Amino acid sequence: MPVPPTLKSRRANRRYAADAGLLVVAAAFVLPLAWVVLSALDPDAGLQVKIPDGVTLDNFDAVLEPDITFTPLLNSLILCGGATLLTVVCAALAAYPLSRFRSRLNRPFLLTILFATSLPITAIMVPVYALFVQVDLIDTMQGTIFFFAASQLPFAIWLMKNFMDGVPKELEEAAWTDGASSFQSLLRIVLPLMGPGVGVVTVFSFVMMWGNFFVPFMLLLSPDQMPASVSINDFFGNRGTVVYGQLAAFSVIYSTPVILLYVLVARRLGGGFALGGAVKG
Amino acid sequence: MTAAPPAGPGVAKTAPGPTAPPPTPKSRSLRHALTRALPVSPAVVLLVLFLAGPIAYCAYIAFTDLQLTGQAESSFVGFDNFREAFQDAAFLNAVWLTLVFTVLSSLIGQNTLGLALASLMQRASKPVRTLTGGIVITAWVLPEVVAGFLLYAFFRGEGTLNAILDWLHLPSQNWLFTLPILAVSFANVWRGTAFSMLVYSAALNEIPKEITEAAEVDGAGGWRRMWHITLPMIRRSIGTNLMLNTLQTLSVFGLIWVMTRGGPGNRSQTLPLFMYEQAFQKSMIGYGTAVALLLLVVGSLFSVVYLRLLRTEV
Repeated sequence: MPVPPTLKSRRANRRYAADAGLLVVAAAFVLPLAWVVLSALDPDAGLQVKIPDGVTLDNFDAVLEPDITFTPLLNSLILCGGATLLTVVCAALAAYPLSRFRSRLNRPFLLTILFATSLPITAIMVPVYALFVQVDLIDTMQGTIFFFAASQLPFAIWLMKNFMDGVPKELEEAAWTDGASSFQSLLRIVLPLMGPGVGVVTVFSFVMMWGNFFVPFMLLLSPDQMPASVSINDFFGNRGTVVYGQLAAFSVIYSTPVILLYVLVARRLGGGFALGGAVKG
Repeated sequence: MTAAPPAGPGVAKTAPGPTAPPPTPKSRSLRHALTRALPVSPAVVLLVLFLAGPIAYCAYIAFTDLQLTGQAESSFVGFDNFREAFQDAAFLNAVWLTLVFTVLSSLIGQNTLGLALASLMQRASKPVRTLTGGIVITAWVLPEVVAGFLLYAFFRGEGTLNAILDWLHLPSQNWLFTLPILAVSFANVWRGTAFSMLVYSAALNEIPKEITEAAEVDGAGGWRRMWHITLPMIRRSIGTNLMLNTLQTLSVFGLIWVMTRGGPGNRSQTLPLFMYEQAFQKSMIGYGTAVALLLLVVGSLFSVVYLRLLRTEV
């Protein structure tokens, strides 16, 4: 049965209205983003969004120095890479029995994990600092890596378990009959089958830590250990007048990896999974 | 095989040959349980040492007068820190600003805008949907400090916002000075709306088309459909989204730190920034931690409510 024309034209009008509404919001949201991209290419960038008079790569040239860019990015990579590796390995191991075996402890454990997922980590940074001073972990990469991993673990375990539940148990049972241990079947069967899931957990953990400011700001003290999230502050305080073009260029360099990584897993993040997977349980 | 009971020194020489008693069902099931629990242990160790440990330590030093200098001589002061907090005008100011920040940016801003974007996206054409979604999500993925700088530039006296207002012949002002809490709230909306948008998009996609179409044929307008059909059907998502947004917003530090450092004065100093200032700029770790503990307790309460909302689904 054909849709009555009035309804059809009403729908078309509504689509135009929706498009217009979205474009207005998009324009408002894009202004700060446009500033960083345009200023990075602008020989004399200020605080306003403006089309540069001439395009230059001088800002990038100026910041691509060991002190300004390479060392902080390497530090970020060591911190976030190390912590992500630790998170993913621990989460995969922990998720396996939770997903595969029935136990009276599963439910309380999962509820605790879910509870911890939403605790405000910011609140415990002061005691963590005090504790790290006492046990001599302050200003160490490994201490920061451990804390980062612990703070990301609850969510990682939760996600990993949900992905693991999607791998049918039958595939493993054959391997068990052939004498494979649980560890072997996790390594050889389950993880390869949930490869994309592991990818999502990995990328998500990495992106979260890469952008985190407060944790390294509190736990690391020596300038040569600072990751990019903290060293970016130097553009403001210590160097006198702010060279906005260079600040923008650095911001672009520092942000690009996480945006690319996000795009890589966006289909899975945005679609059915939608953090929603975690949000809705 | 290797889990034979530990032999005393006297029987050490008798090899546990085939005569060794077979494991009883009970000990076997215990060993079974241990083997299964083993993979969980690295995670549990990390969580206990680096998350539960600090939280417990937090609950302890909140009741001491620990200071940054002279670590050794802290003493137990009971509820003094909390009593002091509730008589401290600066603390009450931080509580108030946290409330304003949370209500404006999370409850009203991110939540409403996220829902509006998600429902507009249901009807919009694909290219517009992709473009807007991409921009909003980019703002969300951007590192916290970079987002802070971008919005600092946007709100500064000589920044983009004032340029636009000038162009529209509207009065401009130095937003970070005159209305700092409003500026950081807008910044948080800019940065955090994507999350609500994703949650609501997923929720709206799950509403069967027939229901809304039937209502439309019956002549229900857009607002009535929203109010009587859509909102009731996604109320669970609304609840969880509000919860998570609020928790997220309660712990925002970097964004405000970069934009205003909590200033001017303490006019954008929310609880996390107040906590930091007390603990480090004024060296009163005990007092700062007491504030942190209050924040943690509020967070836990929200977290428990969130678990209740999910109750039937876990």
